[in-house]
Amino acid sequence: MTDADPVRLYRTVRLIRRFEERAVELVHGGQIVGGIHPYLGQEGIAAGVCAALGADDVLAGTHRGHGHVLARGADPARMLAELCGRVTGLNAGRGGSMHAADLSIGVLGANAIVGASGAIITGAVWAHRRRGRDTVGVSFFGDGAVNEGMLLEAFNLAALWRVPVLFVCENNGYATTMPVAGAVAGSIAGRAAAFDLPAVQVDGQDPETVRVAASAAVDRMRAGGGPELIEARTYRFDAHHTFEHAVRLDDYRPPDEVTRGRARDPVRIQGERLTDADRAAVDAEVEATLDAAVRFALNSPEPDPADALTYLYASGLTARTGGG
Amino acid sequence: MPRLSYRRALTRALADELTRDEAVFVLGEDVQVGASLVTTGLAKRFGTERVRDTPLSEQAFTSFATGAALAGLRPVIEFQIPSLLFLVFEQIVNHAHKFPLMTGGQCSVPVTYLVPGSGSRTGWAGQHSDHPYSLFAHVGVVTVVPATPADAYGLLVTAIRHDDPVVVFAPAGAMDLRDDVDDLAPVPLGRGRIHRFGDDVTVVAIGHLVHDALAVAEEVADQVSVEVFDPRTLYPFDIDGLTESVARTGRLVVLDDANRSCGMAAEIIASVVERVPLLAPPRRVTRPDGAVLPFAPALDRAVQPGRDQLATAIHLTMKDSS
Repeated sequence: MTDADPVRLYRTVRLIRRFEERAVELVHGGQIVGGIHPYLGQEGIAAGVCAALGADDVLAGTHRGHGHVLARGADPARMLAELCGRVTGLNAGRGGSMHAADLSIGVLGANAIVGASGAIITGAVWAHRRRGRDTVGVSFFGDGAVNEGMLLEAFNLAALWRVPVLFVCENNGYATTMPVAGAVAGSIAGRAAAFDLPAVQVDGQDPETVRVAASAAVDRMRAGGGPELIEARTYRFDAHHTFEHAVRLDDYRPPDEVTRGRARDPVRIQGERLTDADRAAVDAEVEATLDAAVRFALNSPEPDPADALTYLYASGLTARTGGG
Repeated sequence: MPRLSYRRALTRALADELTRDEAVFVLGEDVQVGASLVTTGLAKRFGTERVRDTPLSEQAFTSFATGAALAGLRPVIEFQIPSLLFLVFEQIVNHAHKFPLMTGGQCSVPVTYLVPGSGSRTGWAGQHSDHPYSLFAHVGVVTVVPATPADAYGLLVTAIRHDDPVVVFAPAGAMDLRDDVDDLAPVPLGRGRIHRFGDDVTVVAIGHLVHDALAVAEEVADQVSVEVFDPRTLYPFDIDGLTESVARTGRLVVLDDANRSCGMAAEIIASVVERVPLLAPPRRVTRPDGAVLPFAPALDRAVQPGRDQLATAIHLTMKDSS
């Protein structure tokens, strides 16, 4: 099941990198309103984990969620259209950056509430398996989420009921501006140990290292094992949110730390495993894909305000309007 | 005609839906032994996979149900205590309720949240005695409060079959009611029921208070002709049905066992006066503003809306318009 092709792994990290860079440009240009939480620097984690998944598997992500959606194989054009609030977007322009979802490929959504993905994925995987599928799930979350009770409850529930969920902690060192040392008593792996979840720490900047660790965990889970945790050490190359591009915060990350962090670049690390010709071909294809995605997004219609609450109820219930 | 208790009507609804649809399952605290006396016997009959005991992890198992619903199942969560809804308000509102819109219609989240024994149970004090239905109506989660055994059955069945989240409040004050029931059937959402026709004033009563309203209507029958309207569903609310009633009577009193500010009574009155002119100012009988139910039985009763208050409100409404 695992996709070990280094070219495809490179394509995924390169696609996420360039997607995010193009998205930041669109934020600055005013075409994406509300800003984004760029996944820049963390691409290797989504790419490596999703390379370990099969067609029936499900995942849920975070507010910094573009990478997870793209790595799982969502259409970059419809993803970008979503960020631009267009009807052609994955969520018909109703979700935006923090809620991008594509249930047709098992992406239950980015989720803006920190620590929310764990219990939702645990329930989804349990239900799919009850219905006879061989589903495993991935719950992505950041280091900030390990202090959310809801996530720790989900660790317990998944472990207790042996629901095969891979909990992936993307430890980029900061919950917004709060360093891990200022927020986490004990350790992230220690929280896993408390629930007897097997846990490994991996270098999240190396996509292949992440893929190998995730594949091993997925193999064990498919063979009947319970949930596991991967703590992927990573570094956020850019702002917590693009508002930091406009409003300068005090240096909460020391400049030399930023320089060191950016030096370990998952796109470069994976790219060096390819021939120059292969890399150039992927880069050109990704660029063409994103050129087309930007054109598609910006040429797509905006939703009709009359339809603002069209999808509020799946049952078709209609709500009273708010006017006098 | 068979007698059926309100509590057993809930049990019957769960059993019938578990039988009818393999996708339905029940989870909650102590549901296998049936500590609330609602899920009694279901684990034996349907197995512990489909009637699942959970650890005391309300937030996780509420979102677990959301995930299971996204994957095609129809979970029913039983909360033993109404105040637990405060713990899981985030999981219900921010996730279960918002997913259909936020995903642009990619999914449905058919979860039923069943709260047997909502409101005061007498002697269970501040953290077991709330009636937070207005909060769910406010955020737009379908909210039902059945008053009778037949409606308890019919609304719970409908809730489980509904494609969006539904909160079912089964008031403690109604759980032991028994009624002659010969026809158990699903009850549509958003459709109220007139329990007693009258000419002078419409009393809207929620949940168990329907029976108090009927008793008061009988007491004052020689002076005032009272119509008793039971909304059954608080959201979506049967405003057309209530408007029709108030258009006939011209007067409105609402009896609501919840705190006064921003409560259902306020919403009901506002929705009616937007539509029909009244002969007298409307009145509401509720718990006080910001009420926390005190422990001692006399204090517990003092904070809940009572029959005397309702009778007074009815008389004042008649006087105001004379």
